[in-house]
Amino acid sequence: MTHLGYLIAGWGITLVVILAYLVSVFRRARSVASRVPSGRQRWMTSSENEIRD
Amino acid sequence: MFKQNQGVTSSPKSRLLGFTTLLGLVTLFVFAFFLTDPDVRLHPTTGEEIGQFDAVRLLYLHVPMAIIGPYLAPLVGAVASIGYLVKRTPWWDVTAHAAIEVGAIFCGLVLVQGSIWGRPVWNTWWEWGDVRIMTTLILFLMLLGYLALRRVVADEHKQARRSAIVALVAAVNLPIINRSVEWWESRTLHQKSTLSELKIEDLTFFTLMMGIVVFLMLFTWLVLHRFRLGWLEKESLKQESLTALEERRAEAAINEEGRS
Repeated sequence: MTHLGYLIAGWGITLVVILAYLVSVFRRARSVASRVPSGRQRWMTSSENEIRD
Repeated sequence: MFKQNQGVTSSPKSRLLGFTTLLGLVTLFVFAFFLTDPDVRLHPTTGEEIGQFDAVRLLYLHVPMAIIGPYLAPLVGAVASIGYLVKRTPWWDVTAHAAIEVGAIFCGLVLVQGSIWGRPVWNTWWEWGDVRIMTTLILFLMLLGYLALRRVVADEHKQARRSAIVALVAAVNLPIINRSVEWWESRTLHQKSTLSELKIEDLTFFTLMMGIVVFLMLFTWLVLHRFRLGWLEKESLKQESLTALEERRAEAAINEEGRS
């Protein structure tokens, strides 16, 4: 296979960055969720009109 | 721990989407590396082997992400921003933020992948004069500007309104990126569309299409989780305000009792 280094770099960087982002989202969510009552932990539970200007 | 983390923003449907996306990525990898052929052609006059060789396997990643990062994600962000400016409800604002954050990551990766692919194929890592690269870079910087703005403005509504305007300004760039290879044909290394004109072979085309579907699923899955995180952040801020208000009321009640 030609250009193996380029292939590893291209695919590797992409997958690592996406995985790192996903893990960071899960971690942030877990940290923020601890400050929100369980009944309000889903976006569906809030009324859109509550924060209306 | 990972399972616990995922649990906060996941639901049975999002888990199913995540699992399907993972399966799709593995299938795409198998097609890209083992089932499709390298791009090798013979020069019509010299008979020498020419083409992208195995570097073409980067395009199964680059093309799908280049459709989503610099086009679909900012478009979703712009539509959601219009939704916010019209309706003034947080759902639209959180959606725009989620789409643009994931879009910025995709857009950045597209620039990096393009650079890695360009070195063996175009013999250059970067071309400052290429209009497609430059317009994509400008969009990427605008998306970063949007994300920076979300961190500096304190008031929730001001922040949402200003961010929505930035998202709409960034969206002006989308048709320019798309048409750049036609408008400034002599100032780009990029070719005109080959997907729409079916100038590529069957299995290569199939793998590219599969890549687009898989990355669309990945984008949806990431935006879904980012949206739910954004919603939790809004709920957390609301909760903090409520707690502060209750504390002040309790303090006022104690002071009142002390006076009487």
